[in-house]
Amino acid sequence: MPLHLEIVTPEKKIFSDTVDHVYLPGADGELGILPSHAGLVTALQPGVLRYLHQGVEVSLAIGSGFAEVNQTKVIVLTDAALGEAEIDEAATEEAIKRAEEALAGIDHSVDAEEVAYLQGVIAKSAAALLFKRSGR
Amino acid sequence: MANLRDIRRRIKSVKNTAQITRAMQLVAAAKMKKAQDQALAGRDYSKQLNGVLQDISEGFSETSHPLLEKRVGSRELVLVISTDKGLCGPLNTNLARKLRDSVSPDADYVTVGRKLRIMLEKVGKEIVADFSVKDPVPFSDARAIAKLLSKQFLDGKYDKVSIAYTKFVNTLSQTADVVQLLPVEPPTDHGDATDTNEFLFEPTTEDVLGAVLPLYVNFRVFQTLVESRASEHSARMVAMKAATDNAKKFIKELTLEYNKLRQGAITAELLEITTAMKAME
Repeated sequence: MPLHLEIVTPEKKIFSDTVDHVYLPGADGELGILPSHAGLVTALQPGVLRYLHQGVEVSLAIGSGFAEVNQTKVIVLTDAALGEAEIDEAATEEAIKRAEEALAGIDHSVDAEEVAYLQGVIAKSAAALLFKRSGR
Repeated sequence: MANLRDIRRRIKSVKNTAQITRAMQLVAAAKMKKAQDQALAGRDYSKQLNGVLQDISEGFSETSHPLLEKRVGSRELVLVISTDKGLCGPLNTNLARKLRDSVSPDADYVTVGRKLRIMLEKVGKEIVADFSVKDPVPFSDARAIAKLLSKQFLDGKYDKVSIAYTKFVNTLSQTADVVQLLPVEPPTDHGDATDTNEFLFEPTTEDVLGAVLPLYVNFRVFQTLVESRASEHSARMVAMKAATDNAKKFIKELTLEYNKLRQGAITAELLEITTAMKAME
C-alpha cells in the first residue's frame, strides 16, 4: 500500500510523491509514519523531517506547522521546509540574532502573540542550524 | 492657421499621455507577474489547509475553540481590501457595489487601501483601523491584520468578521467577493476530502485546534491580500493597455486631420499664387 507524502509551504509545494515511510517532528517527539497508519492530526515543532523516497532517505529542516495523516496520505503544512543545501548558515544566524533583539525590545506581557512568533522564528532557525551542522 | 496649431498642440498632449500610460502599463505588468505568482503559489497551501480543516471538523464542535463560536448577534466587522491608487479599471467600484449588496448597512470596517477607505469615510461608516500593506505582500502584515480582527472577535465586540476583496481569476478577469473569516466555518466544498472521519489528535484536540485555527485565520487574510494585489496589478495593466491603445488611435486620427488641413492650406495658397500670376499677365 503506497503512502503519499505532500509537503506544502505558503510559498510553494515542496514535495508530492509516494514514499516508503516518513518521520515527523511532532510536538511530543518524533513520529514514524508507515502506510496504513491510523488517522492522525498532529502539531509539528521545528525540527527535521525524514522520508524514504525510492530507496533514498531525504531530510528536510521544517518550521512549525501541522500534519494530517490517514491510511494512504500524509499532508505536511509548515511555514518553511529547507534541504541541507538551501540553508545559509550566516543568514540563519543573522535571523536568530534579529529575532532575539526584537524579542528583547518588546513588552512580553502585552504582545504575547508577537513573542510566540519570534520564539517560533528562533526555534525554527535553531533547528535548521542544528540540522545543517549535523550533516557534516 | 490657428486651427493647425491647435491640432498640433493636441497631438503633442495626447502623445505625452500615451507615454505615461505606457510606462504605467509596463510597471504594472512587471508587478503583476510577481503578484500573480505569489497568489497562485499560496493556493496549494490554502487548498490543503481547507482540506485538513474539513477532515478534522467532524472531530470538534463549536465549543472546542473560541474562534469557532457562533453567536446570535449581528454586529459585523468587515475587512475591506481595496487599492491605494486609482487607474485600475472598475476594481474598486465593483468592490463597493459588492459591499453594498452583501454586507449589512450597520457593519463597521477595517480597511486596507486608500480608495475605499475614503469612500467609506464619506458615507459615514465607522472605520476601526486602517492598514497599509507593502508590495509584494509580506506575511507579517497579514499577521498583524489577522491579530486585530481576531482580537475584536474574541473580545466580543463583533459577532462576525468578513473579508471583502477582489478574487484573482486571471489577467482579464477579477471578481469582487465577500467571505466569512470568523467564526471559522470548516469548508464543505473541498473535493478530495477523505472518508476517514476518525482522527487522533496529537498531543490534544485543543492543542491541534490552537495551532491550526490561528494559522488558518492568518493565512486566509494573507491569501486574500495577495489575491487582491494580483487583481489590482492585473486590472491596472489591462486598463493602462486600453488607455495606451486609445491614445494611439486618437493620435492617428488627429494626424490624419492635421495632414488634411495642411494639404488644404497648401492648395489654397497655390491657388492664390496662380490667380495672382494670371492677373499679372
